[in-house]
Amino acid sequence: MGIVKTAKLIYDYIRYDENEKEETFRAIDGVDLEVEPGQFIAVLGHNGSGKSTLAKHLNALLVPSEGTVWLDNMDTRDDSHIWDIRQEAGMVFQNPDNQIVASVVEEDVGFGPENLGVETPEIWKRVAKSLEGVGMTAYRKHSPNKLSGGQKQRVAIAGVVAMQPKCIILDEPTAMLDPNGRKEVLKVVHELNREEKVTVILITHYMEEVTDADYVYVMDHGKVVMKGTPREIFSQVETLKAYRLDVPQVTLLAHELKESGVDVPDGVLTTGELVDALCRLN
Amino acid sequence: MSIELRNVTYKYSTGTAYEMVALDNISLQIPDGQFIGIIGHTGSGKSTLIQHFNGLIRPTSGQVLFDGEDIWGEKYDRRHLRSQVGLVFQYPEHQLFETDVLTDVCFGPKNLGCSEEECKERALEALHQVGLKEKYYHMSPFDLSGGQKRRVAIAGVLAMNPKMLVLDEPTAGLDPKGRDDILDKVKELHETRGISIAIVSHSMEDMAKYVERIIVMNHGHMPFDGTPREVFSHYLELEKIGLAAPQITYIMHALAEHGLAVNTEATTVSEAKESILKALGR
Repeated sequence: MGIVKTAKLIYDYIRYDENEKEETFRAIDGVDLEVEPGQFIAVLGHNGSGKSTLAKHLNALLVPSEGTVWLDNMDTRDDSHIWDIRQEAGMVFQNPDNQIVASVVEEDVGFGPENLGVETPEIWKRVAKSLEGVGMTAYRKHSPNKLSGGQKQRVAIAGVVAMQPKCIILDEPTAMLDPNGRKEVLKVVHELNREEKVTVILITHYMEEVTDADYVYVMDHGKVVMKGTPREIFSQVETLKAYRLDVPQVTLLAHELKESGVDVPDGVLTTGELVDALCRLN
Repeated sequence: MSIELRNVTYKYSTGTAYEMVALDNISLQIPDGQFIGIIGHTGSGKSTLIQHFNGLIRPTSGQVLFDGEDIWGEKYDRRHLRSQVGLVFQYPEHQLFETDVLTDVCFGPKNLGCSEEECKERALEALHQVGLKEKYYHMSPFDLSGGQKRRVAIAGVLAMNPKMLVLDEPTAGLDPKGRDDILDKVKELHETRGISIAIVSHSMEDMAKYVERIIVMNHGHMPFDGTPREVFSHYLELEKIGLAAPQITYIMHALAEHGLAVNTEATTVSEAKESILKALGR
């Protein structure tokens, strides 16, 4: 079984209207997901499609209304495993300011392992290694509130890495960052995946961040409506648009050239691919 | 309705150890009816700059003129200025507070001393212009989606009938369709109301598609100010200051390097498509 697996996952939010009448809203509607260890998975979907609700199920911040979620073979509804699950599956959220807890960078990174009861010398070892991994060693003694958004997100990632998770779930980690901050964060996430073999589940609205993923899921109204490799997904320009999504500019350009009768392949993902295809024609 | 900054310098925390120059001797003019974009990495001075446009902050030295009048002159009516230059902050939906959408949008004109009838009239027009359907007008703003809330917030500023609209990252956190919807609406406002627009954005692709002039901020300076074509032709320098050009710019330069006679100044997908078709002799 994969590191993350969901079977017929359903989640209903319960709301009360003005007359205290109960209403249910189905945020996740029968999602089957299977992620193998070491994979880099991306989840796309418009605002309100259920991506974040799904993410919160993967480390038991939410538990299913129906169906099952397993994290490394542990059922998330089994209370006895809750701390193991949260140690193995780390979360990084959108707003860097909401997830920094300490007043010094190194203490913030040490917060997670400290809560796991790790011995002090081992905590410092992990802090040093995690900060190095995200390229923030130079800021070890700094105050987090003077850092840029991208730097804060990298500290947040280091905090998760220090817990030695098998899997990291990032919920729109770059939404509030400038282009450089976005690049920094993605680079770090890819390195963790490649070098430390950490499984990554990246939720994003930026199509360019998805092109290197192993597998992409597209959500709409709580359901998985498309799944496949980035190339398979991005070759369906019109379908993606119908789901309020988009494709990278290079993919769109290739698609439009093709519509105008130029012989380029479907689902072009990188500048290099398009340049090669066009140069062959010239 | 023009705005002019003359040698504006702004320092935070003057006289303390934390003194920081956020704007360093900036001079610029925004003539009537322009649609401009402001780009720069986090902390480059963008937000400080736009807060000078409606007198929210006072320059440490230098002058800000609105229609030729110094807004920090002794008898100047800055209250009136703030209705003329409408500022929409980042995540403006956090500022919604009323019990229903229509009342929230009425708040601005009410504060300007408009009659109840006129408030309502302006609010209805503003809501119509941001493209929010009537069925939502009497709902709580908190029951709307992210993109809808943001439109309500923009309508709240529009209802003050500003001559200029300044938006700080209006598309942050929205899905691709939501981003296009907001920017299309802003463009429509620019065209139908004839008002000037200034948008702060991290999306170079959006800047290339929508604005006629780009102002680049870096460490309180303004290294570039020109049309998207002019500004993005400096893509290598932009990278050095934490920015980038649209993906299209990179594609066109790569194609040119491989001997295809394309126009490297193209910055949008449609321009690129035309240029490539021409170069291929189609």
